[in-house]
Amino acid sequence: MKALIDRKKCTVCGVCSDACPVGAIELKEDHIEISDDCTLCGICVDTCEFGALSLPAVGTGPAADLSSYKGVWVYAEWRDGAVHSVSHELLSAGRVLADKKGVELGAVLLGSGIGEDTARELVSYGADSVYVVDRPELAKFTDEIYSNALIELIKQKRPEILLAGATSMGRSFVPRVAASLQTGLTADCTELDISSEGLLLQTRPAFGGNIMATIICPNRRPQMATVRPKVMRPAKREGHEGRVERVELPADCFQGRVEVLEVIPETDQTGRLTEADVIVTGGRGLRKAENFSMIEELANLVNGAVGASRGAVEEGWIAPSHQVGQTGRTVAPALYMAVGVSGAIQHLVGMQGSKTIIAVNKDPHAPIFDVATYGVVADLFDFVPALIKCIRRERGQL
Amino acid sequence: MHIAVCIKQVPDTRNVRIDPDTHTLVRQGVESIINPFDLFAVEAALKIKDENNARVTVVTMGPPQATEALRDTMGLGVDDAVLLSDRAFAGSDTWATSTTLAAAIKKMGDVDLILCGKQAVDGDTAQVGPEMAALLDIPYATFVKKIDLGDGNSIRAIRQTDEGTEIWKLPTPALLTVIKEIGEPRVPSLRFKMRAKKAEIPVWGAADLGLDTNCVGLCGSFTQVVRIFSPPRRTDRILIEGSVEEQAERLFNYMKQSRVPGI
Repeated sequence: MKALIDRKKCTVCGVCSDACPVGAIELKEDHIEISDDCTLCGICVDTCEFGALSLPAVGTGPAADLSSYKGVWVYAEWRDGAVHSVSHELLSAGRVLADKKGVELGAVLLGSGIGEDTARELVSYGADSVYVVDRPELAKFTDEIYSNALIELIKQKRPEILLAGATSMGRSFVPRVAASLQTGLTADCTELDISSEGLLLQTRPAFGGNIMATIICPNRRPQMATVRPKVMRPAKREGHEGRVERVELPADCFQGRVEVLEVIPETDQTGRLTEADVIVTGGRGLRKAENFSMIEELANLVNGAVGASRGAVEEGWIAPSHQVGQTGRTVAPALYMAVGVSGAIQHLVGMQGSKTIIAVNKDPHAPIFDVATYGVVADLFDFVPALIKCIRRERGQL
Repeated sequence: MHIAVCIKQVPDTRNVRIDPDTHTLVRQGVESIINPFDLFAVEAALKIKDENNARVTVVTMGPPQATEALRDTMGLGVDDAVLLSDRAFAGSDTWATSTTLAAAIKKMGDVDLILCGKQAVDGDTAQVGPEMAALLDIPYATFVKKIDLGDGNSIRAIRQTDEGTEIWKLPTPALLTVIKEIGEPRVPSLRFKMRAKKAEIPVWGAADLGLDTNCVGLCGSFTQVVRIFSPPRRTDRILIEGSVEEQAERLFNYMKQSRVPGI
């Protein structure tokens, strides 16, 4: 199977041929030919301004009874007594989707010793119903038991859409839920909408953020997506009314094969990259390990976490857990400050989703400036101390 | 012990650039590489092989040229390789990919441990590992940075999560997805490279795996890409000029305006 060509619309302009990542489109004298190398990636389809290319439709399979699925659900991530902030973001986004479809917004809380206040708080973010499963076996996260519980709830209540945070927990267990229910899942979405046909439009970055793709799941339910934290805006809805339902599930849901021997929380707050609102990252421009103390001091002043480029990690100046980029963490904080980082594509793909990006580099042509909101061309050894001094003076700490 | 490692060929993003006029991805002449995370998985398997009596088989789904990626891992010391290749596999989403890989693992029969990279750097989904484990109905752990073999019937996996470190015990067969901390890949050896060159690599298609062609590739996928576009470019960049002190003061003013908690 390969991309389809509408010969009547094709002008043989050759744009698709240049764009094809696998070189499968050959330009002949008066037509184009697509070879068996085509991987159906769809890149050509969107480069064609004449609408001459399309992809064959996904398999319809045995059509499930789609109409029996109703409502938008948010998986509210609970850990050690607290609900993760991404859950509030998702409820706010889910509220918009539910209103567009004219259906209920549900929230699912899985955990142990969940208080009424914790459940009620989800109502204040827009949930109409909060389903609580409270069991001692859910005190510690394992993929098996968490997905068993969510699968059982979905089978009972049949929501048509399910959203979860693209956190290390969500990205780990939600794929098991989707595969077990035999439905589609889209990872790490940054935009959600409802199509004119009522389908969930799931938009996500691909190829390291160089391309955005909108994905649908037309023939299976629920339509499932994990959503990148800190992208959606949380909005409280004071006075919103909703109900809390405690659900009992069959005991075999809570039998798992994995044993959690130990949980060691990260004590170094500066290393908690994916949850930070502010990240200050140091790169090779720092020249030696000792100079990272300057980055740490600045990060502390702005309540930020400390990030590092691959170069800085490879030099051994800082632990790999701080690495931002393709083989490290993908982050999208409200404020990202890159100091002495040139901005190789592998770094950019890990941070270009940040809301505000500050780049400090002495080379005005460094690629990091291409993604920056604010650019400072300066020697970091002059600039960072000046910025620290400026912040301290403002706060009366000098 | 038989370890299967799943790998993927991806475009080498070091050479990817954006066309300044059309704002689309230019990938002409871009070479394929083995997904970096999958090389960590190969390294993890070879480390186990170094210290134990283990056999390592690497498997990939892809076009015939993906054989090169398989041979490259054999040059590192992998024992066997299998290529899953069939026109019917084209256009697979993560579900269809997992279905195909899981069928291959079943066909191998005696796999004790499956290792995958955390995610592939082109799609970035991180879904294929967990979905495969679900289809094979085996326990799994994601984001693993260290593996300790236990008593032979179980393994200990040390995971790195957003919140910290976790130590899990899983009965085998099990599946693990690994991260960079597991260890940098070794360099190929001449002896292994010579053997890799001559190795016969079996190719399994849908029929060999007992899969209906309607259940794999685009036909067997549940998700569908309906639109691809370039992300909007930042047009709001402000270059902050002046003396270093002026730059610092002006930047801090902008930082305060951003109303980020803690500033």
